[in-house]
Amino acid sequence: MAELVPLLKAEHLTMRFGGVVANDDITFTLQEMELRCLIGPNGAGKSTFFKTLTGQLVPTSGTIAFRGMPIAGKASHEIARMGIGIKTQVPNVFNGLSVRENIWLAVRRKATPRQQGPAVNAVLEMIRLTDYADSIVATLSHGQRQWVEIGMVLAAEPELILLDEPAAGMTDEETFHTAAIIREINQTRAIVVVEHDMEFIKQIAKRVTVFHQGRVLVEDTVDKVLADSRVRDVYLGKKVAA
Amino acid sequence: MPRHYRLAAQTVAVLMAIVAIALVPGVIELFALMQLTLFAAMAVLALSLAFIWGFGGILSFGQTAFFGLGGYAYAVAAINFQDSTPAILLAIVIPALFAAILGYFIFFGRISDVYLGVITLTVTLILFNSVNSTSGDAYKIGTALLGGFNGMPSVPTFNMPFDPSTVLSPEQSWWTTAGVLLAVFLMLRLLLALPAGRIIVAVRENEVRASLLGYDPRLVKCLTFILGGAIAGLAGALYVNWGAFVSPTIFSLSLSAEIIIWITVGGLGTLLGPIIGCVVIEYIVAYIGSQQLLNANLVLGAVLVIFVLLLPKGLVPTARDLVMRLIPDSKPKTNGPSVQSAAAPHAAGAE
Repeated sequence: MAELVPLLKAEHLTMRFGGVVANDDITFTLQEMELRCLIGPNGAGKSTFFKTLTGQLVPTSGTIAFRGMPIAGKASHEIARMGIGIKTQVPNVFNGLSVRENIWLAVRRKATPRQQGPAVNAVLEMIRLTDYADSIVATLSHGQRQWVEIGMVLAAEPELILLDEPAAGMTDEETFHTAAIIREINQTRAIVVVEHDMEFIKQIAKRVTVFHQGRVLVEDTVDKVLADSRVRDVYLGKKVAA
Repeated sequence: MPRHYRLAAQTVAVLMAIVAIALVPGVIELFALMQLTLFAAMAVLALSLAFIWGFGGILSFGQTAFFGLGGYAYAVAAINFQDSTPAILLAIVIPALFAAILGYFIFFGRISDVYLGVITLTVTLILFNSVNSTSGDAYKIGTALLGGFNGMPSVPTFNMPFDPSTVLSPEQSWWTTAGVLLAVFLMLRLLLALPAGRIIVAVRENEVRASLLGYDPRLVKCLTFILGGAIAGLAGALYVNWGAFVSPTIFSLSLSAEIIIWITVGGLGTLLGPIIGCVVIEYIVAYIGSQQLLNANLVLGAVLVIFVLLLPKGLVPTARDLVMRLIPDSKPKTNGPSVQSAAAPHAAGAE
């Protein structure tokens, strides 16, 4: 038998905006059940890379394959239907609907009507919003809305989860809880996390990919990456200076 | 418990509406009945935009395009067939097909909201001018002369299904029109309670999230738009049945604007509000029209300004908020599948 097909594989991915090269010849592989963090300073190309993975941007050249099936250039809903769950940087939730309705909309694509109620309750439990089930999402705090979105991603039962800055704007306690949720999800699914917050990365990360100026600078375990002098220069050094 | 109460209250309300529709012809004069029939036809038109704007998030400035197409489709078919049954069907199907073609290009072309407004407005103008320039014997479909600016007089009105010899009396016309209004209202309420309707509301709330969950917002909006077009077309047939006449003014911009005023006054994101807004505004316009003291458009503009400033949510949501405040037990939180309560916070953002 040939070698195992990786869960996600991007090859020679390049994205240009006019004269700006946001992603330059990126090759990236993710295995089943892996938890990978993407870090890098602002403008390093993390978000652009993330958006090409989610179908929000079509790469200028290169290929992306999910279990061997090409996804570059597909519409967002088609990528979602293939089993990729996405949480965007700015919370994208149904603000005018209740928490329960938000989760239900994610659940109902896969669950039969009979399964839907229990499935919604299980997700509410996991994101600790059972008491807020009937609240309108717009009335919740920023951190809670982030959880609603994570809950929706989970509820759709994807095989790969992409999280763009899941801890952005959260309190320390909320961040800690989010890290716990992510570790729990990783028991059964592969996750890619784009994140700025190094404390958060330390709580969850196993392998880390560092982006710099549109390229992959280094890819290794979290300890080695944090010890790498180049990474300090481009990322941590700047953060300390700032 | 509250859900049972709501269901019971709604059932009672529907029964009362049916009784009222049945008894009205015995109570009021023929002239008033004809006027109510017109209002009911217009209220169906109001529902079509109330649905696609209030629940689908699609602000069409050209709902009269479908209304007019429905009216003309009915008139042409009724003259040719001399039977209203297939004509009514065509008045639904043709605008729906037109909405499908227009909607395909708008939504699958990813045209933004502002341009959607411009396109729908322009389409209405194009139809108005096209139909306006169809005077003369050359412009006929089958035996039906389009008549250009003068329109088409003596259009056969509704008859009993498949029985052209039995033409409906004004009372029967009222029952038909008001019955259609009630049926469309109930159908939309039902649709919005079903998963399909909740997906429509979800797409209005957040297209990006809907697509990331695997729903195709383009398709959902296109189907919403088609249903809105079909209802507007049916309203057009009801309108032509009322007057036995259709002219290019059915496509007029002022009517398009009036629908938006009905909904703003009655309450965006509700179905009952636009019906009430339509009847109230149309009554005022008719009253002023007969008095000739003030310019009706001036009054309409003033009403719109007053509502946007003082009651931006519209009549029905404001009344509902008042009731909620008076009855402490029935917080909006307990509204169940919250399609209605979901609509209210959106109202301000939709404009």
